[in-house]
Amino acid sequence: MEKLKNIISLTIDGQRITVQSGTTILAAARKLDISIPVLCHHPKLTATGACRVCIVEVNGIPVTSCTTAAEEGMEVITASPYIENLRRDIIDLILSDHPYDCMVCERAGSCELQELAYKYQIRTPVFRGERRIYPKRDGNPFIERDMEKCILCGRCVKVCDEVQGVGAIDYAYKGFQTKICPPFERDLSCEFCGQCITVCPTGALVSKPSLGKGRQQDIRKVATICPYCGCGCNLTLHAHKNEVIRTSSPKDSINEGWLCVKGKFGLSFINSPDRLKTPLVRKNGVLVEASWEEAFTYTADRLKQIRDTRGPDAIGGLSSARCTNEENYLFQKFLRAAVGTNNVDHCARY
Amino acid sequence: MSSQPIEIKVCLGTSGSAAGGEEVLRMFQHRISEQGIEAQIGRRCTPKKVGCRGFCSRDVLVDIIRDGNKTTYQSVTPIMVERIVQDHIVGGTAIAEWTVTDEYASFHEKQHKIVLGPCGEIDPESIDEYIAMQGYLAARKAMTRMTPDDVIDEVVRSGLRGRGGSGFLTGEKWKVCRREEQHPKYIICNVGEVNRPLAEGNPHAIIEGLLIGGYAICASKGYLYIRERYHRSVERLRIAIEQAREKGFIGPNVFGTGFDFEIEFSFGTEAFICGEETALMESIEGKRAMPRVRPPFPAVQGLWGKPTVINNAETFSNIPIIIGRGGEWFSSIGTKESKGTKVFTLSGKVRNNGLVEIPMGMSFRDIVYGIGGGIEGDKALKAIQVGGPSGGIIPTSMLDLGLDYENLAKVGSIVGSGGMVVFDEDDCIVSVTKFYMEFLQRESCGKCTPCRVGTRRMLELLTKITEGTGGDEDLRTLERLSGVMAATSLCGLGRSAPNPFLTSFSHFKDEYLAHIRDRKCPAGVCTALIIFSVNEEQCKGCGLCKRVCPAKAIAGEVKKIHLIDPDRCIKCGACFRACKFKAIKKQ
Amino acid sequence: MAGLATVFGSGAMTNSLAEIENNDALFVIGSNTKENHPIVALRMIKAVRKGAKLIIADPRRVPLVRFAHLWLQQRPGTDVALLNGMMHVILNDGLTDSAFIAERTEGFDENFRKNIGECTPESAEKITGVPKEKIVEAARIYARAERAGIYYTMGITQHSHGTDNVLSIANLALMTGNLGKESSGVNPLRGQNNVQGATDMGCLPNLFPGYQRVTVPAVRRKFEELWGVKLPEHEGLMANGMLDAALEGKLKALYIMGENPVLSDPDMSHTKKALSSLDFLVVQDIFMTETAALAHVVLPATSFAEKVGTFTNTERRVQRVRRVVDAPGLAMKDSHIIMELSGRMGYSMPYHHTEEVFQEIGKAWPAMAGISYSRLDEEGGLQWPCPTADHPGTPFLFKNGFPRGKAAFSMVQYTPSIEQPDAEYPFTLTTGRMLFQYHGGSMTRRVAPIEQVAGEPYIEINPEDARDLAVTNGTVVTVASRQGSLTVKAQVSARPGRGVVFIPFHFREAAANVLTSSKGLDPICRIPSLKVTAVRIEKT
Repeated sequence: MEKLKNIISLTIDGQRITVQSGTTILAAARKLDISIPVLCHHPKLTATGACRVCIVEVNGIPVTSCTTAAEEGMEVITASPYIENLRRDIIDLILSDHPYDCMVCERAGSCELQELAYKYQIRTPVFRGERRIYPKRDGNPFIERDMEKCILCGRCVKVCDEVQGVGAIDYAYKGFQTKICPPFERDLSCEFCGQCITVCPTGALVSKPSLGKGRQQDIRKVATICPYCGCGCNLTLHAHKNEVIRTSSPKDSINEGWLCVKGKFGLSFINSPDRLKTPLVRKNGVLVEASWEEAFTYTADRLKQIRDTRGPDAIGGLSSARCTNEENYLFQKFLRAAVGTNNVDHCARY
Repeated sequence: MSSQPIEIKVCLGTSGSAAGGEEVLRMFQHRISEQGIEAQIGRRCTPKKVGCRGFCSRDVLVDIIRDGNKTTYQSVTPIMVERIVQDHIVGGTAIAEWTVTDEYASFHEKQHKIVLGPCGEIDPESIDEYIAMQGYLAARKAMTRMTPDDVIDEVVRSGLRGRGGSGFLTGEKWKVCRREEQHPKYIICNVGEVNRPLAEGNPHAIIEGLLIGGYAICASKGYLYIRERYHRSVERLRIAIEQAREKGFIGPNVFGTGFDFEIEFSFGTEAFICGEETALMESIEGKRAMPRVRPPFPAVQGLWGKPTVINNAETFSNIPIIIGRGGEWFSSIGTKESKGTKVFTLSGKVRNNGLVEIPMGMSFRDIVYGIGGGIEGDKALKAIQVGGPSGGIIPTSMLDLGLDYENLAKVGSIVGSGGMVVFDEDDCIVSVTKFYMEFLQRESCGKCTPCRVGTRRMLELLTKITEGTGGDEDLRTLERLSGVMAATSLCGLGRSAPNPFLTSFSHFKDEYLAHIRDRKCPAGVCTALIIFSVNEEQCKGCGLCKRVCPAKAIAGEVKKIHLIDPDRCIKCGACFRACKFKAIKKQ
Repeated sequence: MAGLATVFGSGAMTNSLAEIENNDALFVIGSNTKENHPIVALRMIKAVRKGAKLIIADPRRVPLVRFAHLWLQQRPGTDVALLNGMMHVILNDGLTDSAFIAERTEGFDENFRKNIGECTPESAEKITGVPKEKIVEAARIYARAERAGIYYTMGITQHSHGTDNVLSIANLALMTGNLGKESSGVNPLRGQNNVQGATDMGCLPNLFPGYQRVTVPAVRRKFEELWGVKLPEHEGLMANGMLDAALEGKLKALYIMGENPVLSDPDMSHTKKALSSLDFLVVQDIFMTETAALAHVVLPATSFAEKVGTFTNTERRVQRVRRVVDAPGLAMKDSHIIMELSGRMGYSMPYHHTEEVFQEIGKAWPAMAGISYSRLDEEGGLQWPCPTADHPGTPFLFKNGFPRGKAAFSMVQYTPSIEQPDAEYPFTLTTGRMLFQYHGGSMTRRVAPIEQVAGEPYIEINPEDARDLAVTNGTVVTVASRQGSLTVKAQVSARPGRGVVFIPFHFREAAANVLTSSKGLDPICRIPSLKVTAVRIEKT
């Protein structure tokens, strides 16, 4: 009985659905695979209801589906002509205060606003007018802010406060001049985790190191694991040709899509010019470039010689907490089976 | 000779103080003690401060009550005190030329002062005077003889609706909060701009109302939300709280009933948005004042996530009266759906500006011509704007409309914060609308798209029209924008923001079209649309216009006809006002 | 790890990261989680937002303190006293979980209780500097919580008595029954992406893959069969043992894969001397590290982005690593290098694909037998133990008992750290990481924006100490220990308490490990005492 009390049923676009009480109309619609456009809504953040794009019709009245809980017997229409027109006009209003520079925007192809403009075919806004113009700021080396592209959805404010626990940014000023910025417009407490970039629906916040390094459609995305601390955050590396230019993370991972400054911005070492590119062998006290054949032969010969003259326990191996399981397995197997010693350890075993 | 004391009441509301009330009061005290007046006439004279009585254009107002006769002096300055003391207090003869005129009487006559009644009569800093007029009796009655549900029932019976804007039934709101099982609960009193005279004139009524409300919903704490810069209101409320605490009316175990209640201030800054109750709660919580999404409603999940009731100071001021005299008595005032009275700030081109309290249902005509005394300079009334910046504009054809929640809603307006501005024939309705839109777009909190961008776009379009560059399509765009904003904005501010345009456009369409199609501003206000020129037949060649012109746009020799260079003219109107022969034409 | 293995019979995080947010109480000790495990910290913040109580014990005011209900600022190296003091309160208040103690533990005897009985909060206050009221409150919050988790890292382990610290923590959890259930347990957070994996894979001198002892004949026979070769019978040398053996001339050759002990090990001059005395040093890495510079042969290896395989994270979750880009130049996959060398040493490792290695791991260690690449691709990651292909993995350990049967209480007494401040070296240096940099810096220090905001070494000095030393922000100071000295800029900060200073160990130009000591290792797991070094500070 208790359980039944918490179950409600409603219809969305004529389809019946049963959900837990407290479920929003948006969530219920998604269960039915009915897509309702959103801009400020983010599944990992509390509801804001700021953009108004997700409006649906209930009893003839537009309500925001991301904030309105489903009710027993509710009849929801997600895309009546009335709602679609309102929605179109809201997007139009946002676009009327947005630079039309998709051709050079880093987010072109993955911008949620661009998607909606395309869906509603808004080439030029009806509600033309003044646009906010801000001087370009270059306060930090990680986050490229283009506040003219900010649609004030508030996701960045919420993620910084609710998820990261930092609260480095908030709304400032009033009215049309409302702007999201750090206190006194100075990065005082930012941890540069880049969570704000992750949730930003437009090109207002993008990763500065990746600027201009590759269009969305030219990027290969590969899922892997972060090489830094032991959290094991899931990474999606964005590669353009042979360069890793950007990182993201899937929302349903153990790290819930969040990364830290190292995982988000700290991977350019992969393509560092300092990388070792050839084997080196010390000759006359100096390390000089050598072929693999030379390096292998030399190394194997020296190790064999030491094993044969001083015994296998004169050889040791230090493995790495940075290498894969397979490599570590092979490494200890090498020392135990090929060399014949248990002198194997790794530096961070404690 | 009577030995009855003589009372001297000096208005020390915000306006009274600004006009020099403090000085006037000090002067009375000084004269009376220095000259030994009390000994001289053998009875006590008690000069005291009182709150605003509404007729602020005649401040400083001073009442002298001698032998049961009240004489009110207007526009009193310190130098007048000496003569009032000598002639009236000592001599017993009122100074007729300084007393208020008939206007003062007609201003008050038609009002129905329930909450404003004690303002201007009692010393707001004296709890004893409040108690003497049965203050805190209602609270005592509620707490000792009524259950919280009884109190709520009484408020429901009264039909009292929130005086802060939305007009929700106060008793019903309390009932929802009362039903919530979560504790603690909070009760908040918003002391807005329009409530300042109440806070300054009779703060204890607010405190008592808040206390009764707290008891009714079982709240443990009340907040007074007020802008810090309303120093006088804050000060008087602070004194009232301290006095009430001393008497045991607030604090632990109120009236020995076991009910604990504390009241605390929460200070806000300049933000129109704080009139929105959820934005106000965000502000109390120390966050930026931006409205929350609803539901959940504050009565269920409000301040700090706990059940909360918010009402404004006027609503709370009504509570002791309702409990004291009964809901039924209260509901006998007003109309079918709108009970009691409502305080408005009457301003604009009306003769008697000030704070008025009218019974619900009174017609605009009675307000403007009765209480307000008609239009200044006997010009023609053009429109009345009601309900604050996002209220509607009412044309003269609706003068006989009774003012209540239902009627205002019907004509696209709101009771709102209780503003009422009167416009005459010299006012351009498009400019007036633009003025309100300018305010609204500046005060938009910036959270939701339709309000943040929409108000701006509306302002831009209205500006275009007043500058003579608007087109018919701009009117269509304005209507379309209004529709989107009204339907989709997050809070009441955004949803009501199109009201000034929608109402003015529906009643003054011709004036809009004149701006657009004829490039003319009929009221002669929009500078881009007017041209100043010299009427050659009237010009005497005095040269005054030439001398006052800041743009050196007027040329002409003495005794000869002067000419205005339209390219240099900045349309300031200095010549128009300066010319003694009405020889400057404004078209 | 040795500590936890002693108590439970296995050493790893007992719970999962996802469980953190459902803790009622979190006791974070010796872990600067917000900077060192930022994403774990997000879960902790989430728990606090959901109503959990967070207790932090750390000599520094670490950033997570902002979210804490209680912060205990113990003097470095006094954790045992603090923990015993807390246990004293729990015992006194009768907040122990008697049923759990009776059914699932052993060693909760008279001696143990007597020892705890002597450790009053008052005596703990004297040793730790933490007011006794706070110790009492912390104990009560932890013991009264339904689901309480302990989280620690190197602040607990890198001590001359690191194992004692870990045993104390285990005592606390056992006493209150906070083990073997969801969202409560003992959780060492791993500092590197695959420490757990390297340990699991048997890169240890005494253990084969899967924590199987090399000295047990049956185990050895199993591996001899699997690998087709006779295997050595005695335990090998630990890392620092190898360095000592090198100095003694007993160890002649060392093969180092992907590590930079010169920078990350204590007492840099000692490390360098040991490596230089080798006849043959092979270093396999992706950058020319300080260690590689000493090598006879340097082999260019691949980064994580250039190879396939698996990492095992701190919560025992095995996850796939995938290739994104090609390795630069002639750089070769580490596995290929090892296979090639092995073949040339006369032992052939004929794997065709990395997955074959993974399959062999499953054969060597039943706890991973149920995991396959295809399952990982589909399910995204699996937590061992996962013995069969239909096993869902194990989010938290010890639900149905401990590997060693009953978990053991250990009697632990406070012993002061080896390095004690004195008149000559009056400050206590503690080392650690900062948010922006990582370990020896060979990766992060090559990332330009990171270098821009956090590219300079510093020493954190308490404002009062700074005033006494007449040091302000940016003053260059010389820091000297009994091992060595360095110069570094001062950062006046309220983070450390009085008498405590902190240097991050990422910077070769002011390498903290010049100062630390390689002596005073923990007697059991031989971990160096990196968190407590006596130093002197002078203006230069």
